[in-house]
Amino acid sequence: MTAAAAFFYLFAGLAVASGFMVIAARNPVTSVLFLILAFVNAAGLFVLMGAEFLAMILIVVYVGAVAVLFLFVVMMLDVDFAALRQGFQRYLPVGGLIGAVFLIELLLVVGTWTLDPGLVQAPLGRAAHGESLTNTQALGRVLYTDYVYFFQIAGLILLVAMIGAIVLTLRDRAGVKRQNISVQNARTQAMAVDTIKVPSRQGVEV
Amino acid sequence: MTPIQSVLPAITPVLPEIVLSVGALLLVLWGAWRGERSAESTNLGALGLLIFTFFLVVSQTGTVTTLNGAFIADPFARVMKALILIGSAATILLSRDYFQRERIDRFEYPILIVLCTIGMMVMASANDLISLYLGLELQSLAAYVIAAFHRDDVKSTEAGLKYFVLGALSSGMLLYGSSLVYGFTGTVSFPGIVTALNGPASFGLVLGIVFVAAGVAFKLAAVPFHMWTPDVYEGSPTPVTAFFASAPKMAAMAMTVRVFIGAFPDVTAVWQQIIVFVSIASMALGSFAAIGQRNLKRLMAYSSIGNVGYALIGLAAGSEEGIRGVVIYMVIYLAMTLGAFAVLLSLRRKDRMFETIDDLSGLSRTHPWLAFSLAAMMFSLAGIPPLAGFFAKFYVFAAAIKADLVTLAVIGVVTSVVGAFYYLRLVKVMYFDEPKAPYERIPPGSAIVLAASSVVVVLFFLIPAPLVAAAGSAAKSLF
Repeated sequence: MTAAAAFFYLFAGLAVASGFMVIAARNPVTSVLFLILAFVNAAGLFVLMGAEFLAMILIVVYVGAVAVLFLFVVMMLDVDFAALRQGFQRYLPVGGLIGAVFLIELLLVVGTWTLDPGLVQAPLGRAAHGESLTNTQALGRVLYTDYVYFFQIAGLILLVAMIGAIVLTLRDRAGVKRQNISVQNARTQAMAVDTIKVPSRQGVEV
Repeated sequence: MTPIQSVLPAITPVLPEIVLSVGALLLVLWGAWRGERSAESTNLGALGLLIFTFFLVVSQTGTVTTLNGAFIADPFARVMKALILIGSAATILLSRDYFQRERIDRFEYPILIVLCTIGMMVMASANDLISLYLGLELQSLAAYVIAAFHRDDVKSTEAGLKYFVLGALSSGMLLYGSSLVYGFTGTVSFPGIVTALNGPASFGLVLGIVFVAAGVAFKLAAVPFHMWTPDVYEGSPTPVTAFFASAPKMAAMAMTVRVFIGAFPDVTAVWQQIIVFVSIASMALGSFAAIGQRNLKRLMAYSSIGNVGYALIGLAAGSEEGIRGVVIYMVIYLAMTLGAFAVLLSLRRKDRMFETIDDLSGLSRTHPWLAFSLAAMMFSLAGIPPLAGFFAKFYVFAAAIKADLVTLAVIGVVTSVVGAFYYLRLVKVMYFDEPKAPYERIPPGSAIVLAASSVVVVLFFLIPAPLVAAAGSAAKSLF
């Protein structure tokens, strides 16, 4: 057994096991953490296949953004997961049936799957340019040349999303004290400190 | 390495889009720097930008494909872009007064309209599935936000949310269909799909076309994907409704024609029945469901559903004449819709907008010109000669009859008779019912839009030649 195969079984086994733990864990925060572990293992599988760009994107997007978002939601919304699980045994027959049907379908699809032998021999990213390029380089070469139009429109879409989020949620609340640095810096001793001569036994007007 | 000249694509055909994008970015910066005080200047800036781009678009000639085949600038794209720009500019004119009175005049609104316009122009110029989808998404995302622009109003936020959820669903369907088309043809570019399709369409491809048609029908608000339209039209701020009924319709129609005529011209039999069904269902629902409506915005929503049905007759014909009919129909529809909404936006008394049919009663005695214009729009929408709406319907029906779709044309005529009932009821209410208290002065923006669209609708029959010629050359460029 080669090292690559060993790593494959390690990553694949861990991915399946943590996937199971996502639905089995009692604490939702633990579930999300197992989900992150599953993503990281899937990224490991991508690295083994030579798709290092996809692996890093998986970490950045799914672990960095999506899973953290889940974690925020789970922690901020007080969802009672114990109550959600209440009818588990009651719904098991129906759920199990749907799961079984789905599993059989998947097995049928995967079982009858045939790949074009040409595809197996020439991984996409490297064949296109003839030279030995990494995936990232190959993507970079087309992203700003062949696909510059799509790239720029995608940028505009993100701009719209940003403006939209601000338009719909940002409010100027009255009565909020904000820090004004220029005012703070412009304060002099005379503005900040008042020296009063207090006569004995008379006090001061505040 | 290849020299840089061969890598850089030709960007002159894309100049209108680039100008709009750079302008939008500058307006964002200006607005962010000046804060809320900049609402007035961003409005003017956006209006100027749209008008300038309109002249840029009109001044272009010829048919060019650039940006690695993703972008096509042909007469069809130019006509549709010109319509889109007119619709957006008119919306900005209509919006100012309303937004000020509702105290929601924020500088982001014209910027979102400009960004939405870029998306629509990308759709009109799309020459492959990716640019089509990206343009659609840019347009839709901006549209969701402006539907919910009155964020303290329950109806407006509801409209935004509904539009967003259903719009995301339809984008998903369109994407799924696109992926099937890509899977069964091996390319995303429309000319590539045409060359890949020799022989009868495979089952997977048919499935892909059906899903693409479903996504497209949603964006057009055609039956059976129309459910969102009345709610979104009623809930959104009225100028936004005017926008939804005008410019995005042009873009959606341009996209529909591009997909079906541009990518699947050789498998007409597959999609023609879908379009015929959608067209009949839209016309029928547009006329029958509108009869019971008292709210003018919902009425316009059903009217727009029906009008999409009529325009689709031209596409169902699948011929050059049919597409010419579609283009003419869209031009006249744009004028009628903008005119009707300009009247709707003038019905204001003491900072309250009026939106039901009864609020129009006796308008002819309090505001004779307003009533006359709205009556002209309604007669035109009902298709009564010599107003423009008659010619719009005439060209699509003629194309349908030439393409042996006589049944479709007959159903179109029947539903337009039914539709005439509710259009003419408005005229009756305005001219024969007892007048109510007069409304406030018409806002200047609405007055300009109303005057322009009235002139187009009433006087179209005198000089139809330029429009018919432009539509003819637009249709010619697709075949």
